[in-house]
Amino acid sequence: MRELDCRGLPCPAPIIELARHIGDVAEGELLGVAADDPAARYDVPAWCRMKGQEYVGEQAATDGVPVYVVRRCAATSAAASAP
Amino acid sequence: MSQGPTYLDAASSEPLHPAARETLMAALDAGFADVRRLHGSARNARLLLDNARAVVAEGLGVRPDEVTFTSSGTDAVHRGLLGLALAQPGSRRHLVCSAIEHSAVLHAARWWESVHGGTWSLAAVDARGQVTDAPNEADVVAWQHANHEVGTVADLSRLRRGLAEDTPLFVDACASMGRLPLPAEGDVVAGSAHKWGGPAGVGVLVVRSRRWVSPFPDDDRADHRGSGFENVPAALAAAAALQAVVAEREERSAREHALVDRIREHAAGIPDVDVVGDPVDRLPHLVTFSVLYAHGEQLVSALDRRGFGVASGSACTASALEPSHVLAAMGALTHGNVRVSLTRDTTADDVDRFLAALDEAVAEVRA
Repeated sequence: MRELDCRGLPCPAPIIELARHIGDVAEGELLGVAADDPAARYDVPAWCRMKGQEYVGEQAATDGVPVYVVRRCAATSAAASAP
Repeated sequence: MSQGPTYLDAASSEPLHPAARETLMAALDAGFADVRRLHGSARNARLLLDNARAVVAEGLGVRPDEVTFTSSGTDAVHRGLLGLALAQPGSRRHLVCSAIEHSAVLHAARWWESVHGGTWSLAAVDARGQVTDAPNEADVVAWQHANHEVGTVADLSRLRRGLAEDTPLFVDACASMGRLPLPAEGDVVAGSAHKWGGPAGVGVLVVRSRRWVSPFPDDDRADHRGSGFENVPAALAAAAALQAVVAEREERSAREHALVDRIREHAAGIPDVDVVGDPVDRLPHLVTFSVLYAHGEQLVSALDRRGFGVASGSACTASALEPSHVLAAMGALTHGNVRVSLTRDTTADDVDRFLAALDEAVAEVRA
């Protein structure tokens, strides 16, 4: 799984990174967002809802930082409207 | 023409109502004495306090002996909820709070656990912040009337029907008191005067149930449910404001509802904006939305520079590093959050100017 390292980035930077890079993975593939910002836990699922993407769940990286996993869905305008 | 700042944060504190100001100034001189003494000045103060209680009771549609003035809305919440929990039989120890209660309720729940050895849990809400299922296994339930951040008005009659008959319900009505009729549900209800245009430092505790005991040390004052020397002038001013607000309610509520609809519609038309809360069953004067990819503090500052004072539930605007637990529990976007709440004096022109400033501020912050 491709993983974005957003450690140390405050909100909304992890979500901006997610939007910029969702297009880097193929449809049906997973993209992880490693983020220690507490807002990411809520904002990654909220972004998925707003952008028609699938929120898969939360894992932990080897250093304990949460990784929020997103599956890229077919009908995505997410990448196109990234900031 | 230069324009002064436009205050759109009534949900934090409504400016003092003109009726309250007038009453407060008069009562400062007439209501200073100790209501428990037997001389003339004391009798005057006692009369004013009883009058304040009667006016508040009438405005809320409850009996005067059910009303206690407290030192704040938070104090009313703490006394109300803990007193209801403590009055239950010893085996009934589990408190359930909705996941979107005000932090004052959640702090009382933590106190219930740490000081009284009780247990508590959160009940989930749906994406609008509405009741889903009535909590099972609850010995006491705390459910707000209206949410202070997103405005959703809870379907308390549905909640009440789902609870066991002997399960008491505490209702935090701080965000709605005066703006909406008091709900029929709620064995104990709390309110806060500065949210409806009264002075700060006046809370209202309504105890409809006999199953309530004071959770704090007794005080030999006029009303056994409260403590401390009564702030008679402020209580009377709060009562005057409530009376005026209730009298104005129908006209004002319709006007505010329409203005907030306009803000909701405009915000929803900005790309990637999440408008939060129940669109229909809501407080008339309040709306919250989150702007994707925008930094909440920068957005609030950009609006402030353009002359508009608004609140935010984003983590970067909070004293804690955590985002709003209300937005999180509803699955709403927590960053780029703006809460707009109209005052009694907000005009359609204020709203139009705000919306123009919002477009600029969003463009600036997202750039």
